[in-house]
Amino acid sequence: MAEYTAAERVALARNTARPGVVDYVQGLFTDFFEQKGDRLCGEDPSIFGGIGLFHGRPVTVIGHRKGKDLEERMACRFGMPNPEGYRKAGRLMDQAEKFGRPVITFIDTPGAYPGLEAEARGQGEAIARMLAKMSALTVPTIAIVTGEGGSGGALALGVGNRVLMLENAVYSVLSPEGFAAILWKDASRSDEACEVMKLTAADLLELGVIDRVIPEPVGGAHTDVAAMVRTLDRVLQEELAGLSRMSGHALFTGRYEKFRAMGAKALRKERT
Amino acid sequence: MSSVFQRRRQKLLALKAMHSVSASVHPHSSEVCKNCGGEVPHRDLVAAGYVCPLCGYHHPIGAYYRLSQILDRGSFRELDEELASADPLDFPGYRQKLEKAQAKTGMNEGVVTALGRIGGMKVAVGVLDNRFFMGSMSAALGEKVTRLVEQAAKSRLPLILFSASGGARMQEGILSLMQMAKTSAALERFSRRGGLYISVLTHPTTGGVTASFASLGDIMLAEPGALIGFAGPRVIEQTIGQELPEGFQSAEYLLEHGFLDAVVPRSQMRETLIRLLKLHGKAGANRDG
Repeated sequence: MAEYTAAERVALARNTARPGVVDYVQGLFTDFFEQKGDRLCGEDPSIFGGIGLFHGRPVTVIGHRKGKDLEERMACRFGMPNPEGYRKAGRLMDQAEKFGRPVITFIDTPGAYPGLEAEARGQGEAIARMLAKMSALTVPTIAIVTGEGGSGGALALGVGNRVLMLENAVYSVLSPEGFAAILWKDASRSDEACEVMKLTAADLLELGVIDRVIPEPVGGAHTDVAAMVRTLDRVLQEELAGLSRMSGHALFTGRYEKFRAMGAKALRKERT
Repeated sequence: MSSVFQRRRQKLLALKAMHSVSASVHPHSSEVCKNCGGEVPHRDLVAAGYVCPLCGYHHPIGAYYRLSQILDRGSFRELDEELASADPLDFPGYRQKLEKAQAKTGMNEGVVTALGRIGGMKVAVGVLDNRFFMGSMSAALGEKVTRLVEQAAKSRLPLILFSASGGARMQEGILSLMQMAKTSAALERFSRRGGLYISVLTHPTTGGVTASFASLGDIMLAEPGALIGFAGPRVIEQTIGQELPEGFQSAEYLLEHGFLDAVVPRSQMRETLIRLLKLHGKAGANRDG
């Protein structure tokens, strides 16, 4: 593994050439059918989702889409979903549950979109529902942080039985810039924030927030997308095989216990 | 009915409640309303439950004081009072800040969880306190809320949570974020077992708390004028490059947009909760002694 600083990994995770959910869907799944719309009020392209075959087995795939060219990036608000995106994701997960399909999510977002309409249509409620819904699925769920895992907007697709992370991906409570601005009133201290935030894959593995780090090609996933896809294909086969042996009840309970234990070591008893 | 223990519990809550509101204020002095700038005699403000008699502004109040207003006398039994943050990321300066907040508020964390009765009906209740790190979500806060939900499920009690939060506890980083999943998962399980959850949003409720347990109530209430949102107003203004309309993200705005059942003034909160608990009858409340 190459040794990068946390700030360098943040830059790699944000590299516009870095593959995203659409690239991975092309590389990993066959016969993919994209599903659109939340059936309530709109279609948000910043969440990409649908049904595909993974080595012949139907799976539901959902991920953040950042867009390839400027026009698409604008339409996707640079990967920052509106509530419609999360509600579409929820709809797709309901179908996955109904038809017994495993769910695979690809996480890559700076965060949920902080906009006026997003608030008016219940951004907080949309994310909360996703967390509740995903926590209770009885099908196998695998979440992969492929780029930026930014805040609640990332976690909304992240309540998996297994949570995996690419070697140079980052996952944090807030962007390093936002973190520095809130805590030190100085967004320019973001490099410093990167170091104290514990946002790299290695840090998060140690904290028990993720289950596995997936190695990237030397120089990052974008330098050899085909190789990255091959690695992901092998890892997903392994992970899915493991989860497929479990009953729906075991998948639900196992996931609950996994997230129930988050932060267990962050507690202390104070004398009263 | 009133046993020695009940009287003692009531006394303890009353003491904590006093500490829970502006402790330094002289009883005969006046206070300036943060909202309208009007001068209000302190005793009038207290009599109105810290709602400004001039403009109706609902001042934020401490968790124990809130509980003393909501619960039946002598019914308060605090849970997990000793739980505190262990500074999991060894974050520079965090320990000292925690100690300061603990000394200032007399609390170990930003939420008080308890069992008690409202109108004779047993409930599990939690109140976030924004004087403690702005009610931000630490692992300990998430743990206390989760334990309360699990306790409510186990004892088949209705659950009431009063939220007030600035969002994530930055000093606990990703572990703060994970509490959103933990608390939401617990509530989903509680809900599937038929539990009643009443969520009350108070000023201000934002960020990760809005995007998790605060938004998942069967019944959604809020205090008048409370700021409620996911992203903070300043972040949104920076994003869209324009000023936000008057009243944006207020409780009334959320009511209009379909995210609340009712905006309930503080003076009517207790009776509203009693009505709702009664309406759910055995499905929600457990009337045993």
